[in-house]
Amino acid sequence: MSIKGKAYIVGAYEHPTRKAPDKSVAQLHAECAAGALKDAGLTKDDIDGYICAGDAPGMGPINMIDYMNLTKIRFMDSTDVGGSSYLLHVAHAAQAIALGRASVVLITLAGRPRSEGQATGTAPRAGNPLVPDTQFEQQYAAVTGNGYAMVAARHMYEYGTTSEQLAWIKVAASHHAQYNEHAMLRDVVTVEDVVNSPMVATPLHRLDCCVISDGGGALIVTSPEIAKSLKRPLVKVIGAGESPKGQLGGMVDLTYSGAVRSGAAAWAESGVKPADIKYASIYDSFTITVLMQLEDLGFCARGQGGKFVSDGNLISGVGKLPFNTDGGGLCNNHPANRGGITKVIEAVRQLRGEAHPKVQVPNCDIALAHGTGGMLGTRHGSATLIMERE
Amino acid sequence: MARKMFPSVPSAENAAFWAAAEAGTLMVPKCKSCGKSHWYPRALCPHCFSDDIELIPSKGTGTIYSWSHMPRAPEPYTIAYVTLAEGVTVLTNIVDCDPKALKIGQAVKLAWQKVEGGPQVWVYTPA
Ligand SMILES: [Zn+2]
Repeated sequence: MSIKGKAYIVGAYEHPTRKAPDKSVAQLHAECAAGALKDAGLTKDDIDGYICAGDAPGMGPINMIDYMNLTKIRFMDSTDVGGSSYLLHVAHAAQAIALGRASVVLITLAGRPRSEGQATGTAPRAGNPLVPDTQFEQQYAAVTGNGYAMVAARHMYEYGTTSEQLAWIKVAASHHAQYNEHAMLRDVVTVEDVVNSPMVATPLHRLDCCVISDGGGALIVTSPEIAKSLKRPLVKVIGAGESPKGQLGGMVDLTYSGAVRSGAAAWAESGVKPADIKYASIYDSFTITVLMQLEDLGFCARGQGGKFVSDGNLISGVGKLPFNTDGGGLCNNHPANRGGITKVIEAVRQLRGEAHPKVQVPNCDIALAHGTGGMLGTRHGSATLIMERE
Repeated sequence: MARKMFPSVPSAENAAFWAAAEAGTLMVPKCKSCGKSHWYPRALCPHCFSDDIELIPSKGTGTIYSWSHMPRAPEPYTIAYVTLAEGVTVLTNIVDCDPKALKIGQAVKLAWQKVEGGPQVWVYTPA
């Protein structure tokens, strides 16, 4: 059994805020839910499935379901694999819909790391001693920044990738962000700007890192019957995959990510191949995250990611694989330190033809969204989603 | 001055490993059933799920698999994965080094760092 063609994304909403000191996290979740329902042309009482991850306050989905007073829920899930969660949430929603366990599934994400002053990627935090790896690792201050930086350092060692090549990923994102009125960083930057920005975690510079923003997003996934009764362009789920990757019992290999397996599953289910993808949302917590996923998903050969991005391939209207046309996490938004839902939202905009005209991909009929959550260098979740405009 | 570290909270599962560490010996777990070493230490072999595991004293040598220096941290430090002679790759810090001179593949050797409120922990220095 496959989810191919069994579910459609009919609501997609990105909260316009990037700094929300006067709002609660629960409120942001609910505002996103209301926005996605309005986008879909559905109402709260249509929702019979709800999915959230660890950014939602409370015990799994229970407290948010009660806060929003969703009274018809018969399917719920709270799989938390960091920023990649929301991509596999779409797949889990599609599975529930395919089995008849739900007909309208709401997915929300929201958070306020900016208002709360979190130095998200660089401040060591004491770990939970019950987590089995904590006692062996927390003393060494693995933070998000250096956890990804070690992947970049190894890629440079293995393949000769350069800081200038990585910088092209930020350059491409900034070219797109200049058209997004809500983006945190709208200035177009150059390779020189990136490599001359302060070194945060060698070899990654400040401009290799994503923004820290408040905000959120929501998605509505539904059945073919309901989708076709609504007045929105039809965005069909045609394939998905999910995979964790860790340290493999001490056989650490930083040259690939879980995207190798999640991508293979999504390609197989959808029946499409990398060359068919007109637009890709690629998780961009850091520039290296993008490079790894491009190789792991097969958009270029292993080790060739640096050349692929420095040829301008990620820039809409210029390259072979326009990516993150909202400016991505690198320039636009990384709400709750989790960029997964905005990846799906911009892919939906592209498939509907509702992206900014300056970055809209012509005839965008097949799009991919991919997330990497947790820490690429230690243990992470990968989720791939492929969608088609009908 | 050594960087201030969060103290480890040894689990009962790994009491023998931590007792050896306190005595100045880094143990690498090796499975008697499948013959493979693993890291980090745990009660069931992550390769075959056998619980027949022995702790082998590490030779104390290894090479840098990857590293990253944090120059803007209040106390700058260098994190690394080091591949030990025993074959496992271990998350650690490289100390007493010039971070500009570090290279992947470089030989390093074991050292111990005292931690306030917890057991001493294994770090590495250029060999
Ligand atoms: Zn074994």
